[in-house]
Amino acid sequence: MSVDPLAVSNVGFWPATGMIAAIILASTAGEVLTAKAMKTVGDLDEIRAKSGLKGAIKAVVTRPMLFAGIGFLALAFFALLFALNHLDLSLVAPASASLTLITNSIAAKIFLHENVDRRRWTAAVFVCVGVYFLAH
Amino acid sequence: MASHTLTARQYSILALVALCAPLGDTCLSRGMSALPPLSIAHPATLIAAVFTPWIAVGIALLIGFFASYLTALSWADLTFVLPATAFGNVIVALFARFWLHESISWQRWLGIALITIGVGFVANGPALTERPAADGSKPAPEEAA
Repeated sequence: MSVDPLAVSNVGFWPATGMIAAIILASTAGEVLTAKAMKTVGDLDEIRAKSGLKGAIKAVVTRPMLFAGIGFLALAFFALLFALNHLDLSLVAPASASLTLITNSIAAKIFLHENVDRRRWTAAVFVCVGVYFLAH
Repeated sequence: MASHTLTARQYSILALVALCAPLGDTCLSRGMSALPPLSIAHPATLIAAVFTPWIAVGIALLIGFFASYLTALSWADLTFVLPATAFGNVIVALFARFWLHESISWQRWLGIALITIGVGFVANGPALTERPAADGSKPAPEEAA
């Protein structure tokens, strides 16, 4: 018989939800900022073909937005560590990994103006549920 | 709308994205579990852990993942690259099943099937959102600020 992991954790429902939400928000902000930074760089393969590896590295490390993205990804990592200190891994890992896919799709549509059509929404939902089952 | 198709080289970058992250995590997990319990009171032991073989390989694989991930994001949408990242979990699960002979529950088989179908959906579509270019020839990446 399955037991609700939130019910057996030491913290209540809302603190647990808050911890998972913090991971998801920081992770989504990090992914979107990183993606935005890389879109402003342009095709890295073409840059490397023209300017070599040094030129490609220089093109990447001169983007402040990339470091903002990495900062948020680091924040998401520490939020994950904090949550693991209070909640079960079997709750935190699948919940954060799968829900991040959905929030990233929403954020990519709003902030990156990506064409998130029916095909990509279907894929996001399938992968979200799949990651939940695989990680649980 | 024309589809933005990928070259063989770009598919190989996506394969690196999918493989390096879960393999790197696995190496780190194996390396860390072989160590005695670490304490924040002795940070030097944590630094020494970085130079143990499994953890060093894990860090190298995660650096490889991040480099491939940034490269992929430079020519593909975030909503195209992320499912590829998730597909790495499927590869590791199948690796555990057929090479390490670990048992996989029906829930995990269901997860594998759902992720595979989801990645199939995305892979059949364009990799990059079309944007109007100045000469109208091809999608232009956004200009640097």
